[in-house]
Amino acid sequence: MPNRPPFPFSVGLSRRQALRGLLATAAFGAATKLSGCTATDTGDSPAGEATGAAGDVVVGFIYVGPKDDFGYNQAHAQGAQAMASVPGIKIIEEASVPETSAVLETMRSMIEIDGATVLFPTSFGYFDPYILELATEFPEVQFFHAGGLYQEGVTPTNVGSYFGYIDEAQYVAGIVAAHTSKTGQLGFVAAKPIPQVLRNINSFTLGAKTINPDATTQVIFTGDWAEPVKEAEATNSLADQGIDVVTCHVDSPKVVIETAEKRGIFSSGYHADQSSLAPKGYLTGAEWDWESIYTFLGQQFVEGKTLMAGDIEHVLRGGLADNFCKLSPYGPAVSEAAQADAEAARAKFLDKSLVIYNGELKDNNGNEILPAGKEYDQQNIALEKMDWLIDGVKGSTGS
Amino acid sequence: MSSSPLPNSPGSPGSPTPSGLSRAEAWRAPLESVLLPIGALLTALFIFGIFCAIAGANPFAVYASIYKAAFGGWSAWQNTLIRAAPLMLTALCTALPARLGLVIIGNEGALVMGGLGAMLVGLGLGTTLPPFAVQLAMGAAGMAAGGLWIMLAGALRHYRGVNETISSLLLNYIAIAFLNHLVEGPLRDSSFITKPSSAELNPANWLGTIPGTRIHFGLFYGLVVCVIAYILIQRTTFGFAARTTGGNIRAAKLAGLPVGKLTLAVCFLGGSAAGLAGMVEIAAVQKRINESLVSNYGYAGILVAFVSRHNPLATVLVAILLGGILASGGILQRSHNLPDATVLVFQGIVFLCVLYSDSLYGKLPWFRADAVSKATL
Repeated sequence: MPNRPPFPFSVGLSRRQALRGLLATAAFGAATKLSGCTATDTGDSPAGEATGAAGDVVVGFIYVGPKDDFGYNQAHAQGAQAMASVPGIKIIEEASVPETSAVLETMRSMIEIDGATVLFPTSFGYFDPYILELATEFPEVQFFHAGGLYQEGVTPTNVGSYFGYIDEAQYVAGIVAAHTSKTGQLGFVAAKPIPQVLRNINSFTLGAKTINPDATTQVIFTGDWAEPVKEAEATNSLADQGIDVVTCHVDSPKVVIETAEKRGIFSSGYHADQSSLAPKGYLTGAEWDWESIYTFLGQQFVEGKTLMAGDIEHVLRGGLADNFCKLSPYGPAVSEAAQADAEAARAKFLDKSLVIYNGELKDNNGNEILPAGKEYDQQNIALEKMDWLIDGVKGSTGS
Repeated sequence: MSSSPLPNSPGSPGSPTPSGLSRAEAWRAPLESVLLPIGALLTALFIFGIFCAIAGANPFAVYASIYKAAFGGWSAWQNTLIRAAPLMLTALCTALPARLGLVIIGNEGALVMGGLGAMLVGLGLGTTLPPFAVQLAMGAAGMAAGGLWIMLAGALRHYRGVNETISSLLLNYIAIAFLNHLVEGPLRDSSFITKPSSAELNPANWLGTIPGTRIHFGLFYGLVVCVIAYILIQRTTFGFAARTTGGNIRAAKLAGLPVGKLTLAVCFLGGSAAGLAGMVEIAAVQKRINESLVSNYGYAGILVAFVSRHNPLATVLVAILLGGILASGGILQRSHNLPDATVLVFQGIVFLCVLYSDSLYGKLPWFRADAVSKATL
């Protein structure tokens, strides 16, 4: 397997189509939910290995951690449950599968024993080499991966990517944060300085700066996706510095949100809804909306559409407007004014009139990123290989 | 845990052996060392069955699934063996020094350092040498790196009196931090965006799979190294010296054994086995080095070593058992709707039972040499 170029292609040609499909199926999904038709849920074949009822499309979901982590995995598991309610779909799930040969064995077993014809190995790190390896071996099985790593002509055609511009939701969360903060100092607990994380930090900060141009975001990198102890330390240290709103990009925001609540400061969630963890201080949060995407895809599978035949786009991407992400309901501490500004920004994302990265932009070392009058729209490749932090962010990308 | 003499031939009851060893008597000890673990396993299955019943699953269906997923066919066996392969090697990192009376738990760190050493050599050599030579060099580098890492703990023990358990545990964290530093800094291949990783090992140098299977050659390495380790410990003067030292270090010193050299050498050998596991993981599975190398093979190896009572041959069997348990984890979730931690519960119960059974050697009436008759059972 050759090295991959530093960024995936962002083919957005069918986003309108996807959107239309999404809206239709979201409505459909809601209808089936209301009618109480929970189809083939789970565990209905106690004695043997699960095999779908005749004709059901068996879809396997694999998570790198537990399904109830208040974070990345929970967001996907909720999406999987939504897909399960599509008639004709049977889902099977396996959680806590590490990014080692274990995931190869899990995928293989789902295909060979459970008869899965579609797999959603959801962890970003499953892609290379594991998904690529099995996709080559099982060309008739479809593999979907969250992360936009598909490359036309390089990646096998039975592999598809889907990913959302969740930084749009972070931008709106930044607006709410800046409104709520009394000190103008925001905090961000981040896992690793990779483009996706940096993009969330920058978008959050840019959103905050539209409300308070002097707002700053102090970043702490914990170094890994799941470091509960370091996440708690980081949150405490941010609180000690006088920071009164924290958000994060780690696999499970649980610790950050809980610690913030304990310290009596505000928090903004990520991945999934964490409002139950911080009833007082939770402002809003940038959430994935995998329910709508997965319902849409489930519908496609039932109709017999495949990536290989070209019926399903290999790259599905979108932001708030395309239901790839959403905002948590506003918490009690969010003022009317903050809600109004946040909703205004959200409306602009919905009609696609707002571009987050527009000049003039400088990084936090004073280097120019974008000259005045220029902009990076969401699909811009420069954003996929981001290695800078915007002016207003305190911290550095060096590890 | 810290009890120094680790009996390799169990069943030496304190009471004097009555005269006239019958055939049954001669078979008693070997039988004991087979039946006790089996009894422990059955007990564990029983307790786990209760757990499953409470969790709402039919225990017998769960047993059937575990068997089917772990040993119920060639594909299941391959799954089990793939998972067992690294454990055989990492277990030796604890098992070998244990024969010397040391409790080393730096397996994870040694595996990481071995992977790093192998990767640096593999990337450095590229295609300048034929693949076999590169793989050999990678293996040697991995073993050297892992070996030196654990030898450090041995040296601290011998020269400075530092507790080897604590130092080897802490060395794990240092190795992992060092790995993260390298893959996020100097070694990072920025064109690979899935996670901070080194560049990819040249495909020519990948360790393939055993023909006709999907099992990589790591299994073969594991088996060979375990056999060599067994011979070394049980059948050579070196092994005898090591065991003597483990039995009574002062006696060993009085007898003129080079305790220091033995400590360093045995620690090196143990570490090099775990280092080889790191090399295999890199060259056969992951092909790049990154944080995924830290996936508990080392810590699982500690369990395997203790359960196998530090006998390198038993290590192979226990590793396969644990591999089978891990292989069945998926089916427990998918077919029985049990939570993902169930497999860990099962693993924990099995190991607790086996470790507890360890304390029963020589205590059960039937196995006692002075037992009046089998009827007493």
